[in-house]
Amino acid sequence: MNQLLRILEGIGSTLQLLLRAASYVPSLPRQFGRLIEQCYLIGYTTLPIVAILSFFIGSVLALQAGYSMQNFGAKQFIGALVGLSMARELGPVMVAILLTGRVGSAIAAELASMKVYQEIDALVTMNIPPARMLVMPRLAAVLLMMPVLTIIANLVGWFGGAIVANATSFISIDPSAYFATMRQTMKFEDVLNGLVKAEVFGFGIVLVCCSIGLNTRGGPREIGAAVTRAVVVSLILILVLDYFVTKALM
Amino acid sequence: MPTPDTETPSAPGPMDGTHAVGLKVEDLSKSFGKFEVLKGISFEVKPGEIFVLMGPSGSGKSVLLKHVVGLELPTAGRVTIDGLDAADPMTREKVRMALVFQAGALFNSLSVYDNLALYPREHRLAKESGIREKVMRALQILSLEAAAQKMPSELSGGMRKRVAIARALVMEPQLMLYDEPTSELDPVMSVTIAEIIATLKEQYRVTSIVVSHDRDLALGIADRVGILMGGKLVHLGSAADLRQPKDPIIEEFLNPKIDLKNPRFKKLEN
Repeated sequence: MNQLLRILEGIGSTLQLLLRAASYVPSLPRQFGRLIEQCYLIGYTTLPIVAILSFFIGSVLALQAGYSMQNFGAKQFIGALVGLSMARELGPVMVAILLTGRVGSAIAAELASMKVYQEIDALVTMNIPPARMLVMPRLAAVLLMMPVLTIIANLVGWFGGAIVANATSFISIDPSAYFATMRQTMKFEDVLNGLVKAEVFGFGIVLVCCSIGLNTRGGPREIGAAVTRAVVVSLILILVLDYFVTKALM
Repeated sequence: MPTPDTETPSAPGPMDGTHAVGLKVEDLSKSFGKFEVLKGISFEVKPGEIFVLMGPSGSGKSVLLKHVVGLELPTAGRVTIDGLDAADPMTREKVRMALVFQAGALFNSLSVYDNLALYPREHRLAKESGIREKVMRALQILSLEAAAQKMPSELSGGMRKRVAIARALVMEPQLMLYDEPTSELDPVMSVTIAEIIATLKEQYRVTSIVVSHDRDLALGIADRVGILMGGKLVHLGSAADLRQPKDPIIEEFLNPKIDLKNPRFKKLEN
Protein backbone atom coordinates (compact mmCIF):
# COMPACT_ATOMS: atom_id res chain seq x y z
CA MET A 1 0.00 0.00 0.00
CA ASN A 2 2.81 2.39 0.93
CA GLN A 3 4.60 1.53 -2.33
CA LEU A 4 1.45 2.37 -4.31
CA LEU A 5 1.07 5.66 -2.48
CA ARG A 6 4.70 6.53 -3.22
CA ILE A 7 4.17 5.79 -6.94
CA LEU A 8 1.03 7.94 -7.03
CA GLU A 9 2.85 10.69 -5.13
CA GLY A 10 5.70 10.51 -7.67
CA ILE A 11 3.28 10.77 -10.61
CA GLY A 12 1.50 13.68 -8.93
CA SER A 13 4.66 15.63 -8.21
CA THR A 14 5.96 15.00 -11.75
CA LEU A 15 2.74 16.37 -13.26
CA GLN A 16 2.89 19.37 -10.92
CA LEU A 17 6.46 20.01 -12.02
CA LEU A 18 5.37 19.79 -15.67
CA LEU A 19 2.66 22.41 -15.10
CA ARG A 20 5.04 24.68 -13.21
CA ALA A 21 7.71 24.35 -15.92
CA ALA A 22 5.12 24.98 -18.65
CA SER A 23 4.13 28.23 -16.97
CA TYR A 24 7.71 29.47 -17.46
CA VAL A 25 7.77 28.94 -21.25
CA PRO A 26 7.62 32.73 -21.80
CA SER A 27 10.89 33.05 -19.85
CA LEU A 28 12.73 30.91 -22.42
CA PRO A 29 14.13 33.77 -24.55
CA ARG A 30 15.69 35.21 -21.38
CA GLN A 31 17.30 31.85 -20.68
CA PHE A 32 18.83 31.47 -24.13
CA GLY A 33 22.31 30.86 -22.68
CA ARG A 34 21.04 28.03 -20.48
CA LEU A 35 19.10 26.55 -23.41
CA ILE A 36 22.24 26.47 -25.56
CA GLU A 37 24.24 24.94 -22.71
CA GLN A 38 21.63 22.20 -22.27
CA CYS A 39 21.46 21.61 -26.05
CA TYR A 40 25.22 21.10 -25.96
CA LEU A 41 25.02 18.67 -23.02
CA ILE A 42 22.01 16.74 -24.31
CA GLY A 43 22.82 16.82 -28.02
CA TYR A 44 26.50 17.26 -28.74
CA THR A 45 27.93 15.16 -25.92
CA THR A 46 25.49 12.30 -26.62
CA LEU A 47 26.17 12.30 -30.37
CA PRO A 48 29.33 10.09 -30.50
CA ILE A 49 27.78 7.25 -28.50
CA VAL A 50 24.54 7.51 -30.50
CA ALA A 51 26.52 7.26 -33.75
CA ILE A 52 28.60 4.27 -32.62
CA LEU A 53 25.64 2.35 -31.27
CA SER A 54 23.37 3.10 -34.23
CA PHE A 55 26.05 1.97 -36.68
CA PHE A 56 26.29 -1.41 -35.01
CA ILE A 57 22.53 -1.76 -34.56
CA GLY A 58 22.07 -1.18 -38.29
CA SER A 59 24.91 -3.60 -39.01
CA VAL A 60 23.53 -6.37 -36.78
CA LEU A 61 20.05 -5.84 -38.16
CA ALA A 62 21.34 -6.29 -41.73
CA LEU A 63 23.37 -9.31 -40.70
CA GLN A 64 20.50 -11.05 -38.91
CA ALA A 65 18.04 -10.16 -41.68
CA GLY A 66 20.43 -11.44 -44.35
CA TYR A 67 20.96 -14.69 -42.43
CA SER A 68 17.23 -15.29 -41.95
CA MET A 69 16.04 -14.10 -45.34
CA GLN A 70 18.58 -15.88 -47.52
CA ASN A 71 16.56 -19.10 -47.25
CA PHE A 72 13.47 -17.35 -48.64
CA GLY A 73 15.24 -15.51 -51.43
CA ALA A 74 14.19 -12.21 -49.88
CA LYS A 75 17.64 -10.72 -49.34
CA GLN A 76 16.85 -7.73 -51.56
CA PHE A 77 14.40 -6.49 -48.91
CA ILE A 78 17.12 -6.05 -46.29
CA GLY A 79 17.26 -2.32 -47.05
CA ALA A 80 13.54 -1.97 -46.42
CA LEU A 81 13.73 -3.97 -43.20
CA VAL A 82 16.68 -2.03 -41.79
CA GLY A 83 15.19 1.29 -42.91
CA LEU A 84 11.77 0.71 -41.36
CA SER A 85 13.11 -0.88 -38.17
CA MET A 86 15.55 1.95 -37.54
CA ALA A 87 13.13 4.77 -38.38
CA ARG A 88 10.01 3.47 -36.66
CA GLU A 89 11.41 1.64 -33.64
CA LEU A 90 15.10 1.10 -33.00
CA GLY A 91 16.32 4.64 -33.74
CA PRO A 92 14.07 6.45 -31.25
CA VAL A 93 14.16 3.69 -28.63
CA MET A 94 17.96 3.34 -28.69
CA VAL A 95 18.46 7.11 -28.56
CA ALA A 96 16.04 7.27 -25.62
CA ILE A 97 17.89 4.50 -23.77
CA LEU A 98 21.22 6.22 -24.37
CA LEU A 99 19.72 9.53 -23.28
CA THR A 100 18.60 7.91 -20.04
CA GLY A 101 22.07 6.57 -19.28
CA ARG A 102 24.05 9.55 -20.51
CA VAL A 103 21.85 12.56 -19.70
CA GLY A 104 18.97 11.42 -17.46
CA SER A 105 21.30 9.99 -14.83
CA ALA A 106 23.42 13.17 -14.88
CA ILE A 107 20.33 15.38 -14.47
CA ALA A 108 19.03 13.27 -11.57
CA ALA A 109 22.47 13.30 -9.88
CA GLU A 110 22.94 17.05 -10.30
CA LEU A 111 19.48 18.05 -9.08
CA ALA A 112 19.51 15.50 -6.24
CA SER A 113 22.86 16.82 -5.07
CA MET A 114 21.58 20.42 -5.31
CA LYS A 115 18.59 19.39 -3.22
CA VAL A 116 20.60 17.52 -0.59
CA TYR A 117 23.12 20.36 -0.24
CA GLN A 118 20.29 22.95 0.07
CA GLU A 119 21.05 24.73 -3.21
CA ILE A 120 17.42 24.24 -4.24
CA ASP A 121 16.26 25.73 -0.92
CA ALA A 122 18.60 28.67 -1.54
CA LEU A 123 16.99 29.23 -4.97
CA VAL A 124 13.52 29.14 -3.42
CA THR A 125 14.44 31.70 -0.76
CA MET A 126 15.93 33.89 -3.54
CA ASN A 127 12.55 33.67 -5.27
CA ILE A 128 14.15 31.94 -8.27
CA PRO A 129 11.82 29.02 -9.10
CA PRO A 130 13.83 25.82 -9.76
CA ALA A 131 11.24 24.83 -12.38
CA ARG A 132 12.14 27.97 -14.33
CA MET A 133 15.91 27.87 -13.98
CA LEU A 134 16.64 24.14 -13.89
CA VAL A 135 13.73 22.32 -15.55
CA MET A 136 12.38 24.51 -18.33
CA PRO A 137 15.68 24.92 -20.28
CA ARG A 138 16.31 21.15 -20.08
CA LEU A 139 12.83 20.28 -21.38
CA ALA A 140 13.15 22.77 -24.23
CA ALA A 141 16.65 21.50 -25.07
CA VAL A 142 15.57 17.86 -25.21
CA LEU A 143 12.67 18.76 -27.51
CA LEU A 144 15.14 20.48 -29.84
CA MET A 145 17.82 17.78 -29.69
CA MET A 146 15.85 14.51 -29.81
CA PRO A 147 14.83 14.82 -33.49
CA VAL A 148 18.41 15.71 -34.44
CA LEU A 149 19.86 12.73 -32.54
CA THR A 150 17.21 10.38 -33.93
CA ILE A 151 17.76 11.47 -37.55
CA ILE A 152 21.52 10.99 -37.11
CA ALA A 153 20.90 7.57 -35.48
CA ASN A 154 18.68 6.56 -38.41
CA LEU A 155 21.17 7.71 -41.04
CA VAL A 156 24.15 6.06 -39.36
CA GLY A 157 22.15 2.84 -38.80
CA TRP A 158 21.06 2.72 -42.43
CA PHE A 159 24.65 3.20 -43.61
CA GLY A 160 25.89 0.58 -41.13
CA GLY A 161 23.36 -1.85 -42.60
CA ALA A 162 24.39 -0.94 -46.16
CA ILE A 163 28.08 -1.56 -45.44
CA VAL A 164 27.43 -4.94 -43.81
CA ALA A 165 24.94 -5.99 -46.52
CA ASN A 166 27.56 -5.20 -49.16
CA ALA A 167 30.61 -6.61 -47.37
CA THR A 168 29.13 -9.87 -46.00
CA SER A 169 29.69 -12.69 -48.45
CA PHE A 170 26.40 -14.56 -47.92
CA ILE A 171 24.34 -11.34 -48.31
CA SER A 172 26.31 -9.31 -50.85
CA ILE A 173 23.69 -6.66 -51.65
CA ASP A 174 24.84 -3.62 -53.57
CA PRO A 175 24.30 -0.33 -51.66
CA SER A 176 22.30 1.11 -54.54
CA ALA A 177 19.91 -1.90 -54.44
CA TYR A 178 19.81 -1.69 -50.64
CA PHE A 179 18.79 1.99 -50.67
CA ALA A 180 16.45 1.48 -53.63
CA THR A 181 14.29 -1.03 -51.72
CA MET A 182 14.47 1.25 -48.69
CA ARG A 183 13.14 4.19 -50.75
CA GLN A 184 10.41 2.07 -52.36
CA THR A 185 9.09 0.72 -49.06
CA MET A 186 9.49 3.66 -46.71
CA LYS A 187 7.30 6.72 -46.48
CA PHE A 188 8.07 10.08 -44.91
CA GLU A 189 5.41 9.19 -42.34
CA ASP A 190 7.59 6.33 -41.04
CA VAL A 191 10.42 8.72 -40.23
CA LEU A 192 7.99 11.25 -38.79
CA ASN A 193 6.40 8.64 -36.50
CA GLY A 194 9.86 7.79 -35.20
CA LEU A 195 10.59 11.45 -34.52
CA VAL A 196 7.30 11.87 -32.64
CA LYS A 197 8.20 8.85 -30.52
CA ALA A 198 11.66 10.27 -29.84
CA GLU A 199 10.17 13.60 -28.72
CA VAL A 200 7.75 11.84 -26.33
CA PHE A 201 10.52 9.62 -24.90
CA GLY A 202 13.02 12.46 -24.49
CA PHE A 203 10.50 14.78 -22.84
CA GLY A 204 9.36 12.00 -20.49
CA ILE A 205 12.91 11.03 -19.52
CA VAL A 206 14.04 14.58 -18.71
CA LEU A 207 10.82 15.36 -16.82
CA VAL A 208 11.03 12.18 -14.72
CA CYS A 209 14.73 12.63 -13.97
CA CYS A 210 14.21 16.29 -12.97
CA SER A 211 11.28 15.34 -10.75
CA ILE A 212 13.14 12.51 -9.02
CA GLY A 213 16.21 14.72 -8.54
CA LEU A 214 14.23 17.62 -7.09
CA ASN A 215 12.28 15.36 -4.72
CA THR A 216 15.36 13.76 -3.20
CA ARG A 217 15.58 13.96 0.59
CA GLY A 218 18.34 12.87 2.92
CA GLY A 219 22.08 12.62 2.46
CA PRO A 220 24.68 11.54 -0.12
CA ARG A 221 23.41 7.95 -0.16
CA GLU A 222 20.02 9.20 -1.42
CA ILE A 223 21.74 10.90 -4.37
CA GLY A 224 22.90 7.50 -5.64
CA ALA A 225 19.49 5.99 -4.94
CA ALA A 226 17.81 8.85 -6.85
CA VAL A 227 20.01 8.22 -9.90
CA THR A 228 19.20 4.50 -9.87
CA ARG A 229 15.49 5.24 -9.48
CA ALA A 230 15.57 7.82 -12.28
CA VAL A 231 17.24 5.37 -14.70
CA VAL A 232 14.93 2.47 -13.84
CA VAL A 233 11.76 4.59 -14.05
CA SER A 234 12.93 6.14 -17.34
CA LEU A 235 13.62 2.73 -18.91
CA ILE A 236 10.21 1.43 -17.87
CA LEU A 237 8.62 4.65 -19.12
CA ILE A 238 10.29 4.31 -22.54
CA LEU A 239 8.91 0.81 -23.08
CA VAL A 240 5.42 1.64 -21.77
CA LEU A 241 5.22 4.83 -23.84
CA ASP A 242 6.59 2.94 -26.84
CA TYR A 243 3.56 0.65 -26.89
CA PHE A 244 1.01 3.43 -26.48
CA VAL A 245 2.64 5.88 -28.91
CA THR A 246 3.07 3.12 -31.53
CA LYS A 247 -0.58 2.19 -31.15
CA ALA A 248 -1.68 5.81 -31.31
CA LEU A 249 0.33 6.46 -34.46
CA MET A 250 -0.95 3.38 -36.34
CA MET B 1 32.48 45.92 20.34
CA PRO B 2 33.60 48.63 17.88
CA THR B 3 31.00 50.86 16.33
CA PRO B 4 29.85 49.14 13.17
CA ASP B 5 29.72 52.37 11.16
CA THR B 6 33.37 53.12 11.67
CA GLU B 7 34.86 49.66 11.59
CA THR B 8 33.18 48.02 8.61
CA PRO B 9 32.61 49.19 5.04
CA SER B 10 29.00 50.09 4.38
CA ALA B 11 26.81 47.25 3.18
CA PRO B 12 25.71 47.22 -0.43
CA GLY B 13 22.63 49.23 -0.77
CA PRO B 14 20.85 51.42 -0.59
CA MET B 15 18.02 49.41 0.86
CA ASP B 16 15.72 52.38 0.50
CA GLY B 17 12.37 52.41 -1.21
CA THR B 18 11.31 49.49 0.95
CA HIS B 19 10.25 49.50 4.56
CA ALA B 20 11.46 47.28 7.36
CA VAL B 21 9.16 44.34 7.96
CA GLY B 22 7.85 42.87 11.18
CA LEU B 23 7.28 39.20 11.84
CA LYS B 24 4.75 37.37 13.95
CA VAL B 25 4.93 33.70 14.92
CA GLU B 26 1.57 32.50 16.22
CA ASP B 27 1.23 29.22 18.08
CA LEU B 28 3.55 27.49 15.59
CA SER B 29 3.82 23.71 15.79
CA LYS B 30 5.67 21.36 13.51
CA SER B 31 5.85 17.58 13.55
CA PHE B 32 7.85 15.20 11.39
CA GLY B 33 5.86 11.98 11.67
CA LYS B 34 5.37 11.41 15.36
CA PHE B 35 8.28 13.64 16.31
CA GLU B 36 7.11 17.08 17.43
CA VAL B 37 9.90 19.59 16.75
CA LEU B 38 8.08 22.85 17.52
CA LYS B 39 5.40 22.98 20.20
CA GLY B 40 3.14 26.02 19.97
CA ILE B 41 5.70 28.79 19.67
CA SER B 42 4.60 32.42 19.68
CA PHE B 43 6.69 35.57 19.49
CA GLU B 44 6.96 38.78 17.53
CA VAL B 45 9.89 40.50 15.87
CA LYS B 46 9.47 44.23 15.40
CA PRO B 47 10.52 46.01 12.19
CA GLY B 48 14.24 46.77 12.17
CA GLU B 49 14.92 44.61 15.21
CA ILE B 50 17.71 42.08 15.69
CA PHE B 51 16.19 39.00 17.25
CA VAL B 52 18.62 36.29 18.28
CA LEU B 53 17.25 32.78 18.70
CA MET B 54 19.38 30.53 20.85
CA GLY B 55 19.02 26.98 22.01
CA PRO B 56 20.74 23.63 22.16
CA SER B 57 21.35 21.62 18.99
CA GLY B 58 18.20 19.88 17.80
CA SER B 59 15.85 22.25 19.60
CA GLY B 60 14.15 23.30 16.35
CA LYS B 61 15.82 26.66 15.63
CA SER B 62 16.66 25.94 11.98
CA VAL B 63 13.21 24.40 11.41
CA LEU B 64 11.67 27.61 12.72
CA LEU B 65 13.78 29.68 10.30
CA LYS B 66 12.62 27.47 7.42
CA HIS B 67 9.01 28.27 8.34
CA VAL B 68 9.79 31.97 8.09
CA VAL B 69 11.07 31.64 4.50
CA GLY B 70 8.33 29.19 3.55
CA LEU B 71 10.58 26.17 3.08
CA GLU B 72 8.57 24.24 5.68
CA LEU B 73 4.83 24.36 6.20
CA PRO B 74 3.48 24.43 9.76
CA THR B 75 1.52 21.54 11.22
CA ALA B 76 -0.44 24.14 13.21
CA GLY B 77 -0.24 27.88 13.75
CA ARG B 78 1.32 30.32 11.32
CA VAL B 79 4.06 32.80 10.60
CA THR B 80 3.21 36.18 9.13
CA ILE B 81 5.56 38.78 7.69
CA ASP B 82 3.95 42.21 7.66
CA GLY B 83 0.62 40.42 7.87
CA LEU B 84 1.40 38.14 4.89
CA ASP B 85 1.41 34.39 5.41
CA ALA B 86 5.00 33.12 5.14
CA ALA B 87 3.74 29.80 3.76
CA ASP B 88 2.28 31.56 0.72
CA PRO B 89 4.85 31.66 -2.14
CA MET B 90 3.54 35.10 -3.13
CA THR B 91 4.96 36.50 0.11
CA ARG B 92 8.46 35.93 -1.31
CA GLU B 93 7.43 38.10 -4.29
CA LYS B 94 6.34 40.93 -1.99
CA VAL B 95 8.99 40.78 0.74
CA ARG B 96 12.70 40.52 -0.03
CA MET B 97 14.18 38.06 2.42
CA ALA B 98 17.48 36.26 2.52
CA LEU B 99 18.52 33.21 4.48
CA VAL B 100 22.17 32.53 5.23
CA PHE B 101 22.25 28.74 5.47
CA GLN B 102 24.32 27.00 8.10
CA ALA B 103 26.41 25.16 5.48
CA GLY B 104 26.37 28.07 3.03
CA ALA B 105 24.24 26.36 0.34
CA LEU B 106 26.42 27.91 -2.36
CA PHE B 107 25.81 26.90 -5.96
CA ASN B 108 28.71 24.54 -6.52
CA SER B 109 28.66 24.85 -10.29
CA LEU B 110 29.05 28.65 -10.15
CA SER B 111 32.06 30.75 -9.17
CA VAL B 112 31.87 32.92 -6.05
CA TYR B 113 31.22 35.97 -8.25
CA ASP B 114 28.40 34.24 -10.13
CA ASN B 115 26.90 32.98 -6.87
CA LEU B 116 26.55 36.59 -5.75
CA ALA B 117 25.43 37.87 -9.15
CA LEU B 118 22.72 35.24 -9.62
CA TYR B 119 19.96 37.06 -7.69
CA PRO B 120 20.31 40.49 -9.35
CA ARG B 121 20.72 38.85 -12.76
CA GLU B 122 17.65 36.65 -12.39
CA HIS B 123 15.53 39.52 -11.11
CA ARG B 124 17.05 42.02 -13.57
CA LEU B 125 17.84 44.45 -10.78
CA ALA B 126 20.65 46.21 -12.61
CA LYS B 127 22.81 46.12 -15.71
CA GLU B 128 25.93 43.96 -15.63
CA SER B 129 28.14 46.92 -14.62
CA GLY B 130 25.79 47.74 -11.72
CA ILE B 131 25.69 44.10 -10.67
CA ARG B 132 29.48 43.96 -10.74
CA GLU B 133 29.65 46.99 -8.47
CA LYS B 134 27.19 45.50 -5.95
CA VAL B 135 28.95 42.13 -5.97
CA MET B 136 32.42 43.59 -5.52
CA ARG B 137 31.23 45.77 -2.63
CA ALA B 138 29.71 42.77 -0.89
CA LEU B 139 32.90 40.78 -1.44
CA GLN B 140 34.94 43.68 -0.08
CA ILE B 141 32.86 43.86 3.11
CA LEU B 142 33.53 40.19 3.78
CA SER B 143 37.23 40.44 2.69
CA LEU B 144 36.61 38.07 -0.18
CA GLU B 145 37.78 40.07 -3.24
CA ALA B 146 40.56 37.57 -3.93
CA ALA B 147 38.11 34.68 -3.97
CA ALA B 148 35.77 36.17 -6.60
CA GLN B 149 36.75 33.76 -9.36
CA LYS B 150 37.16 30.71 -7.13
CA MET B 151 34.72 27.83 -7.16
CA PRO B 152 32.95 26.95 -3.87
CA SER B 153 34.85 23.64 -3.74
CA GLU B 154 38.10 25.61 -3.40
CA LEU B 155 36.93 27.49 -0.28
CA SER B 156 37.34 26.68 3.39
CA GLY B 157 34.26 26.25 5.60
CA GLY B 158 34.62 29.75 7.02
CA MET B 159 35.04 31.31 3.56
CA ARG B 160 31.93 29.51 2.32
CA LYS B 161 29.99 31.00 5.21
CA ARG B 162 31.28 34.49 4.37
CA VAL B 163 30.35 34.04 0.70
CA ALA B 164 26.85 32.99 1.78
CA ILE B 165 26.54 36.18 3.84
CA ALA B 166 27.89 38.26 0.93
CA ARG B 167 25.31 36.63 -1.35
CA ALA B 168 22.56 37.58 1.07
CA LEU B 169 23.87 41.17 1.27
CA VAL B 170 23.67 41.53 -2.53
CA MET B 171 19.95 40.73 -2.29
CA GLU B 172 19.45 43.89 -0.19
CA PRO B 173 16.79 42.14 1.90
CA GLN B 174 14.11 43.61 4.13
CA LEU B 175 14.28 40.52 6.31
CA MET B 176 17.60 38.78 6.87
CA LEU B 177 17.79 35.35 8.48
CA TYR B 178 21.05 33.86 9.64
CA ASP B 179 21.46 30.20 10.55
CA GLU B 180 24.57 29.94 12.73
CA PRO B 181 26.41 32.78 10.96
CA THR B 182 29.50 32.66 13.14
CA SER B 183 30.06 28.91 13.38
CA GLU B 184 33.35 27.79 11.77
CA LEU B 185 34.66 31.38 11.81
CA ASP B 186 37.67 32.69 13.68
CA PRO B 187 36.98 35.21 16.52
CA VAL B 188 37.85 38.28 14.44
CA MET B 189 35.64 37.21 11.54
CA SER B 190 32.86 36.35 14.01
CA VAL B 191 33.00 39.89 15.34
CA THR B 192 33.04 41.25 11.78
CA ILE B 193 29.90 39.29 10.98
CA ALA B 194 28.24 40.59 14.15
CA GLU B 195 29.21 44.12 13.08
CA ILE B 196 27.71 43.59 9.63
CA ILE B 197 24.44 42.37 11.13
CA ALA B 198 24.35 45.41 13.40
CA THR B 199 25.31 47.75 10.52
CA LEU B 200 22.42 46.51 8.40
CA LYS B 201 20.09 47.36 11.25
CA GLU B 202 21.62 50.77 11.97
CA GLN B 203 21.91 51.97 8.39
CA TYR B 204 19.06 50.26 6.59
CA ARG B 205 16.69 49.08 9.34
CA VAL B 206 16.88 45.51 8.07
CA THR B 207 14.97 43.16 10.34
CA SER B 208 17.25 40.30 11.34
CA ILE B 209 16.66 36.93 12.94
CA VAL B 210 19.86 35.23 13.97
CA VAL B 211 19.98 31.61 15.03
CA SER B 212 23.18 31.16 16.97
CA HIS B 213 24.95 29.48 19.85
CA ASP B 214 27.26 32.46 20.10
CA ARG B 215 26.54 34.06 23.47
CA ASP B 216 28.83 37.04 22.77
CA LEU B 217 27.03 37.75 19.51
CA ALA B 218 23.66 37.62 21.27
CA LEU B 219 24.77 39.91 24.09
CA GLY B 220 26.58 42.24 21.69
CA ILE B 221 24.01 42.97 19.02
CA ALA B 222 20.61 41.50 19.94
CA ASP B 223 17.67 43.73 20.71
CA ARG B 224 15.85 40.71 22.05
CA VAL B 225 16.75 37.10 22.59
CA GLY B 226 14.60 33.98 22.53
CA ILE B 227 15.77 30.64 23.87
CA LEU B 228 14.28 27.50 22.38
CA MET B 229 14.54 24.24 24.29
CA GLY B 230 12.79 21.00 23.42
CA GLY B 231 10.62 22.76 20.85
CA LYS B 232 9.37 25.38 23.35
CA LEU B 233 10.32 29.00 23.80
CA VAL B 234 11.60 29.03 27.38
CA HIS B 235 12.89 32.60 27.43
CA LEU B 236 11.96 35.79 25.61
CA GLY B 237 13.51 39.05 26.67
CA SER B 238 16.21 41.63 26.14
CA ALA B 239 19.86 40.72 25.75
CA ALA B 240 20.51 42.37 29.13
CA ASP B 241 18.21 39.83 30.81
CA LEU B 242 20.64 37.10 29.78
CA ARG B 243 23.65 38.56 31.58
CA GLN B 244 22.40 37.15 34.86
CA PRO B 245 19.74 34.58 34.08
CA LYS B 246 17.63 33.37 36.98
CA ASP B 247 16.63 30.05 35.46
CA PRO B 248 19.34 27.43 36.25
CA ILE B 249 18.71 25.61 32.93
CA ILE B 250 19.31 28.82 30.96
CA GLU B 251 22.31 29.61 33.17
CA GLU B 252 23.73 26.16 32.41
CA PHE B 253 23.10 26.63 28.68
CA LEU B 254 24.68 30.08 28.50
CA ASN B 255 27.54 29.65 30.96
CA PRO B 256 28.47 25.98 31.10
CA LYS B 257 31.49 25.31 33.32
CA ILE B 258 33.93 22.55 32.56
CA ASP B 259 33.70 20.10 35.44
CA LEU B 260 36.55 17.61 35.18
CA LYS B 261 35.75 16.00 38.53
CA ASN B 262 32.16 15.26 37.65
CA PRO B 263 31.86 15.38 33.84
CA ARG B 264 28.40 15.68 32.28
CA PHE B 265 28.68 12.59 30.12
CA LYS B 266 29.30 10.51 33.24
CA LYS B 267 26.24 12.06 34.89
CA LEU B 268 24.26 10.97 31.82
CA GLU B 269 25.70 7.45 32.02
CA ASN B 270 24.59 7.21 35.63
